[in-house]
Amino acid sequence: MLSCKDASQIISQSLDRQLTMRERFALKLHLLICKYCKQFSQQLHAIRAALKLANSAVENDDTVKMPSETKKRLMQSIESS
Amino acid sequence: MHSWLNEHGDYLYRFALARLRDPHQAEDVVQETFLAAIKSPSFAEQSAPRTWLTGILKHKIIDVMRKNVREVAVSDLTDENEDSATDDFFDAAGHWADKPLKWDMPENALEQKQFLGVLQTCMDKLPAKAAQLFIMRDVHETDNEEICKELNISTTNAWVILYRARMTLRKCLEINWLGS
Repeated sequence: MLSCKDASQIISQSLDRQLTMRERFALKLHLLICKYCKQFSQQLHAIRAALKLANSAVENDDTVKMPSETKKRLMQSIESS
Repeated sequence: MHSWLNEHGDYLYRFALARLRDPHQAEDVVQETFLAAIKSPSFAEQSAPRTWLTGILKHKIIDVMRKNVREVAVSDLTDENEDSATDDFFDAAGHWADKPLKWDMPENALEQKQFLGVLQTCMDKLPAKAAQLFIMRDVHETDNEEICKELNISTTNAWVILYRARMTLRKCLEINWLGS
C-alpha cells in the first residue's frame, strides 16, 4: 500500500512522464481511499491549468504589440542581412 | 520577410513575452528568430510561416532560459542543501502534515487574476533553481526531456526538483490564497 508521501510523488511525476501500469494501479487504489491525495492531485492540475490560461491570455491579447522601435530596428537588420 | 514581420511579429512577441515575462528578452528572441529565419535556406518554401517561426522561437526562448538558469546556478548555492525539504510535508508514517484542502477554483476573471497574483508571489519565493525548472515545465510547457538535455540534469533529478517546487507552491497557495 502506498503512503501519502509515495502517492504525492507519483502524482507529481504523472505531470512529467507516463506512469507504469503498476504505478497507475497503485495510485488508483490509493486515491479511492485517500481524499487528501485526491485533492492534492486536483490542486496540481488546477495550478497548471491556471498557468496555461494565463499564457494563452497573453498570447491572444491583440493589444500587446511589439514596440514599434523594435520593429523598425528589426526591419533594418533584416534589410541589411 | 517584411510581410512576415508585419503579420506574425506581434504574435511572436506575445508568445515570447508570455514565457519570458521580460520585454527586453522577448524583443531579443523575436529579433534573433527573424534573423535566423532569413538566413535559413528553406525560408522561401515555408507554407505555414507562423508555425515554422514559432518553432525557431521556442528554441531561442529555451536558450535564454538556460542562460537565466546558469546565472541562477552560480549565484544561488542554497539549492543544493534542500534534501530534507519535503520531510516537513509528511509525518514519520508518510501521512500529510498539512492535509490538502478542496479548492474552489476561481470562476470569474477577477478571481483568476487574484489567484495568479498569489501564485506568482509563491513562485518568487521558490529556490531559484526550482523556480526556473518549474517555470520551464509548467509555465512554458517545455518537454521534460528537452529541459533535462538543455540543463544537463538527469530526469530523476528534474522530477525531484519539480516535486519539491509543486509541494511548496500548493502549500503557499493554500495559506495565502485560501486564507485571503
